[in-house]
Amino acid sequence: MKNSKDQILIDRLADAARDAKVSRRSFMNYSMAAGLSASAATGLWTTQANAAPTRGGHFRLGAHDGNTSDSHDPGTYVTYSTIMLIHTFRSYLTLIEPDGSLGPDVASEWTASPDAKEWTFKLNDKATFHSGKKVTANDVIASLNHHRGEASTSAAKSLLSDVEDIVDNGDHSITLKMASSNADLPWLMTDYHFVICPANDDGSLNWQSGDGCGPYRLVDTEFGVGYHLVRHDDWHLEGAYFDEVTITVLNDPNARQTALVTGDVDGITQIELKTLSLLERDPNIEVDNVPSASTVTMPMFCDVAPFDNVDVRNAIKLSMNREEVIEKILFGAGTIGNDFHHSPAMPYWPDDIPQREYDPDQAKSLLKKAGAEGLSVELKVADSVFSGAVDMCVLFAEQAKASGIDIKVNRSPSDGYYSDVWLKDPWCVVQWGARPTPDVMYSLAYKDDAAWNESHWQNERFNELLLKAKAELDDDLRAEMYREMAMLARDDGGTLIPFFSNFVYARRKNVMHGPDLAASWQMDGARAASRWWFAS
Amino acid sequence: MGDILGLIARRLGLGLVILFVISIIIFFMVELLPGDIAQAVLGQGATEDNLAALREQMGLNKPAIVRYLEWLGGAVTFDFGSSIVTGERVTGLIGERFMNTLFLAAYAAVIAVPFAIILGVIVALLRNSIFDRVANVLTLTSISSPEFFLGYILILFFAVKWGMFPAISSLSQGMSLGDLLYRTFLPALTLVLVVTAHMMRMTRAAIINLLASPYIEMARLKGAPPWKVIVKHALPNAWAPIINVVALNLAYLITGVVLVEVVFVYPGIGQALVDAVSKRDFPVVQACCLIFAATFILLNLAADVGAILTNPRLRHPK
Repeated sequence: MKNSKDQILIDRLADAARDAKVSRRSFMNYSMAAGLSASAATGLWTTQANAAPTRGGHFRLGAHDGNTSDSHDPGTYVTYSTIMLIHTFRSYLTLIEPDGSLGPDVASEWTASPDAKEWTFKLNDKATFHSGKKVTANDVIASLNHHRGEASTSAAKSLLSDVEDIVDNGDHSITLKMASSNADLPWLMTDYHFVICPANDDGSLNWQSGDGCGPYRLVDTEFGVGYHLVRHDDWHLEGAYFDEVTITVLNDPNARQTALVTGDVDGITQIELKTLSLLERDPNIEVDNVPSASTVTMPMFCDVAPFDNVDVRNAIKLSMNREEVIEKILFGAGTIGNDFHHSPAMPYWPDDIPQREYDPDQAKSLLKKAGAEGLSVELKVADSVFSGAVDMCVLFAEQAKASGIDIKVNRSPSDGYYSDVWLKDPWCVVQWGARPTPDVMYSLAYKDDAAWNESHWQNERFNELLLKAKAELDDDLRAEMYREMAMLARDDGGTLIPFFSNFVYARRKNVMHGPDLAASWQMDGARAASRWWFAS
Repeated sequence: MGDILGLIARRLGLGLVILFVISIIIFFMVELLPGDIAQAVLGQGATEDNLAALREQMGLNKPAIVRYLEWLGGAVTFDFGSSIVTGERVTGLIGERFMNTLFLAAYAAVIAVPFAIILGVIVALLRNSIFDRVANVLTLTSISSPEFFLGYILILFFAVKWGMFPAISSLSQGMSLGDLLYRTFLPALTLVLVVTAHMMRMTRAAIINLLASPYIEMARLKGAPPWKVIVKHALPNAWAPIINVVALNLAYLITGVVLVEVVFVYPGIGQALVDAVSKRDFPVVQACCLIFAATFILLNLAADVGAILTNPRLRHPK
């Protein structure tokens, strides 16, 4: 199977991986080129490259954004600290691996019918709830049905609105039957609402008990304050190196950072960017800065003057100096945006689309062409959109003066911003969390009839491609379609996207992680508790 | 004594009326908050369908006055209803939080009250000396700084630089009392610093005011030592204003700790109130506000009764 020369190569690779000089993806490619099978290479990666994570210890995580009113109901999950918690004690059908690929969780494998209308998920035999009960097809069906039907109050209802029926195949597998094709369905199953909980006898979902089939078992729960968990020994996946995990809600950014510096916690989410450089100087702290798919959009109503003219929209897009915004507002912790809502952290990202630069001269000539010289527009924003949101708008207003555009920044109350301003005012600033695939993002906020089509953008070709790409199982063809859609959104759409935010979080130096960090959520896709370990 | 019981009963009755008026104000002020509860619960990710379903489930479609009466009916029997966000009983939700706040307030009070009064007596004794000046400057500085700033300063020195106390006061179940006192020392100290100046200066002023009285001169003339003049002759007559200030500060320790709780991540009722307001969780907000109002009314009552008890002239009106 392999000769001694290949063995030397493999040893060298393992060394490089230990020093984190090579990513898992390249490691797999090279190892397989050297004659190893995929499973052998995976095994080698986990045992050799990571210098064998050690088990044990009590991991204390400080998480931001927690509220006394948080609950176990998967339909109303909303705060970041709950998202950290649920990835620690509950499981999903599929999950996003650190390298960004889709991996198995409670579903061990999945297949689609050729028209991508029926998806069958084979369940992992080993998956067990903390109560000791095996995970059955019934539990999975009840878990998904919790987000379906008239009576459901789930915030994720719209993601499953296409599902017509979920069938128990009787062989420890389920099939989702959909009204239309969806090649992304396995990706959708990673949405943080779709946790697997045990079913009641009547087919409803028993989420209240706090039972789950994730890597850790809940021992102590106080919503908005903290959670204590211990390892679930019958967990069906590899990892869960810590014996115990505590998640403490630390809403105040200063309290979070102080707790990390004094060693009261081992890791924290969400670093205040203003003090990032100070924190990096501490020799006991490691900061992780990961490009993410979460972003800020500035949607303009394409059916309201003056934004109904595409030249005006593009002139505004050309009037922002994005590099300066990232440097001054985000302190460098951002990835430049190009006015299409598809981040490098998502699959099918088109890397060959020219970057839109700051060009006041071209903006001027576009305005002249549109007959909109001396343009004056109002931009609504609230402090809570993101830290520095108002500052960004003021900076943008200054930059836009060079193109002869007068932007009036209107600072609105944070309270009720998303019910009173967003989708109601013709131009505002909106924060978007990461979505797993371009299809989810575009269907949610760019499709012509979407409830959240925040820019009122109607483009026939874009919507045609959106449906076609959704049904396409061939990856290359899909990537080509998403490229064309990106171009349409960039040059015709009504949304200015200044940047994609980076996730910036920190840990004590003795906390170790693999070479890649998942970009779906902070703390390695919210799975730090099951993926990280203490240096021995 | 019968007069005093009558007075207490009258004041309690009046307190209830005030509470009732406050409950009306609270209820309709909360109604005025912008935004929508269903939206706040489901977040940005909700569609119109979800929102409608949730509003129906929460009973938000009833008129405000009906909801107020329903709530008031429960509140008189100490049943504050259920949180509209989580469905849990409000009493269960804030009961433990309120105990935590009481504990922190008591901890701070046990240190602050004797400390402030003894310090007040000493500076009255040594008035206009260097000690008096320094004590005044220090306590006035601490009362003039916002609590969160004091908290950060204490964290910087006691937690970050010297590592003597933890920076966050997260509690866990089954903690020993010693552990509890250790973990909550910094927030308690912050509160002590905030309330000391007021009490100390009132003690000092009340005593110095009395020192000009003829009977104090008499005590001096008969040869009593200065500390005895103050403790035995002046202090008993100074109690009334001091008790008033102490009661007000005790009320502040309970109702004014929101910022301290946030800075030290202490799970008290102030934090619960902030959470509830941001979620438009009316029953919890109303219950918290009522508890705060009741605390103020009760402590003011205690102050009045205390002032009467220490003053024989008020005890035996003509």
